[in-house]
Amino acid sequence: MWIIGRENSFVLSTEAKAKIDRELAKFPADQKQSAVMAALAFAQDEHGWLPNELMDEVAQYLGMPSIAVYEVATFYNMYNLKPMGKHKITVCTNLPCALSGGVDAADYLKAKLGVDWKEITADGNFSLVEGECMGACADAPVLLVNNKRMCSFMSNTKLDQLIAELK
Amino acid sequence: MMSILDYGPDAILMKGLTGAADDWRLKAYESRDGYAAIRKILRSGMKPEEVVAEVKKSALRGRGGAGFPTGLKWSFMPRAFPGAKYLICNSDEGEPGTCKDRDIHRYNPHQLIEGMIIGAYAMGIQVGYNYIHGEIWAEYDRFEEALEEARAAGYLGNNILGSEFSFQLHAFHGYGAYICGEETALLESLEGKKGQPRFKPPFPASFGMYGKPTTINNTETFAAVPYIIREGGDAFLNLGKPNNGGTKLFSVTGHVNKPGNYEVKLGTPFAKLLEMAGGMRGGKKLKGVIPGGSSMPVIKGDLMMATDMDYDSIAKAGSMLGSGAVIVMDEDTCMVKAAERLAYFYYEESCGQCTPCREGTGWLYRIIHRIEHGQGRVEDLDLLLNLSDQIQGRTICALGDAAAMPVRAFVKNFREEFEYHIANKRCMVKAGGYSSAHLHELAHQPMAMAAE
Repeated sequence: MWIIGRENSFVLSTEAKAKIDRELAKFPADQKQSAVMAALAFAQDEHGWLPNELMDEVAQYLGMPSIAVYEVATFYNMYNLKPMGKHKITVCTNLPCALSGGVDAADYLKAKLGVDWKEITADGNFSLVEGECMGACADAPVLLVNNKRMCSFMSNTKLDQLIAELK
Repeated sequence: MMSILDYGPDAILMKGLTGAADDWRLKAYESRDGYAAIRKILRSGMKPEEVVAEVKKSALRGRGGAGFPTGLKWSFMPRAFPGAKYLICNSDEGEPGTCKDRDIHRYNPHQLIEGMIIGAYAMGIQVGYNYIHGEIWAEYDRFEEALEEARAAGYLGNNILGSEFSFQLHAFHGYGAYICGEETALLESLEGKKGQPRFKPPFPASFGMYGKPTTINNTETFAAVPYIIREGGDAFLNLGKPNNGGTKLFSVTGHVNKPGNYEVKLGTPFAKLLEMAGGMRGGKKLKGVIPGGSSMPVIKGDLMMATDMDYDSIAKAGSMLGSGAVIVMDEDTCMVKAAERLAYFYYEESCGQCTPCREGTGWLYRIIHRIEHGQGRVEDLDLLLNLSDQIQGRTICALGDAAAMPVRAFVKNFREEFEYHIANKRCMVKAGGYSSAHLHELAHQPMAMAAE
């Protein structure tokens, strides 16, 4: 909620609103709520996570109750409800991936970064998250960087290269 | 890297892909007979009911998991219903082991678009959405680009190819919820809500998106439609066997030398598919196979080697073809650990709506977890079976069944491993775990690395 006299730093930019408008054009005019998942994704892209103030902005923009936006954000697991490291690394450890080294890759990253699941490195650079099926099982070990960049066949050498690149 | 994308000699859907970076573009698709089917329909004045009849004749069955006859599903749509109707493609591919729809988006998105256009024509639908799995971002972007190409070429939009027929198609991006692969959860998600499944009936054909008549098919199902119209329903049917028409993309993962997607005729022996996937990694012995995605019962290796890959044969062997995700496990896999990981998945992904699933999946996971960690009790195995029975068939959607079926099959088929774990507080298999330790020493070069 807005607090009078205090500036809300979590606002939707003009660019984010333009992107939301493009999503809204996909749906009937009286079904703006259909754009909420995309809107939350754009909001998260800009701020790294989804504080309530930002979700309230989305709610206001789409003309829906804030609680309905919170429900969506808390249901889908790619939304960040807390601040994350600069690079959120999500590793799939589900069975098909595990059979081809998914858990080994996760263990290697945990040791290398010195963090466990759901933790942030001390320098704030990395978060490590356990992922469920990404639909890329034949590419195991598979991981996602900040929800968007999928990295396949992640041997220890490739994990080293990735971390060096992102540092 | 340039290489030929080879899905196997029998490929129909993925035929003609060269591995070039522009394989997926409209021009390349047209050179592979792309959009010839919709042209044929509109030029020859083929009637919508004739399109449905051709799909019925092909014996195409839903490729997402349930295997429901596609033509029959299409005939449920009230074509003459006035007002909005919707066509949805379910590309929320998150059934562990399944990665075929991703390849269709990467290498052949226009085939999916054409299949949806034909479906829309057959059912008198004017608006469609493709719901794409949240984790595949590059594929989502590519699909948006393919849509732009199709619009610019007059295949999508108003008065398609100068006809009276109009169809608008849009992309929609999920954001990480397995349950949205369930069709009514997917509809809720499209409406901007939590993805919690709806009671059926009413079925989507009468009450779907925004309460309007809606048809939902899987990506691969739509992708098969252009061939059926171009070559005829009989041609497709004859590729497979009666009641099991056509080819199927199988995602082969786990302990094989070449994990990847392979397109084979339905009825192809499993042994042949395993050979296409490079055989067993490290030459080890096959212990068990989940033939249709993680929700389906696991089958013992010997029985699997004698089974053909089609809906009816796999059902006879005691499992289901499901989504066509074939998870291969070698002799060194700990089946308790495998079952534990799958149980955790369903516990994590239960939407929480129905008590038997919300609570039961937690029970299943915790019990298998304690067995795996040396704290199992003798009575735990019967408890697991009893719990599975208490969950299955008692929930709004099939996620409850999906959680129960694998647990029951793991316990029944590999009971001695569970008993050994309970009695000896350790694994019966020497190496234990996921049998992945030797992976990095082997040449691990799966097929689908081209065109990136």
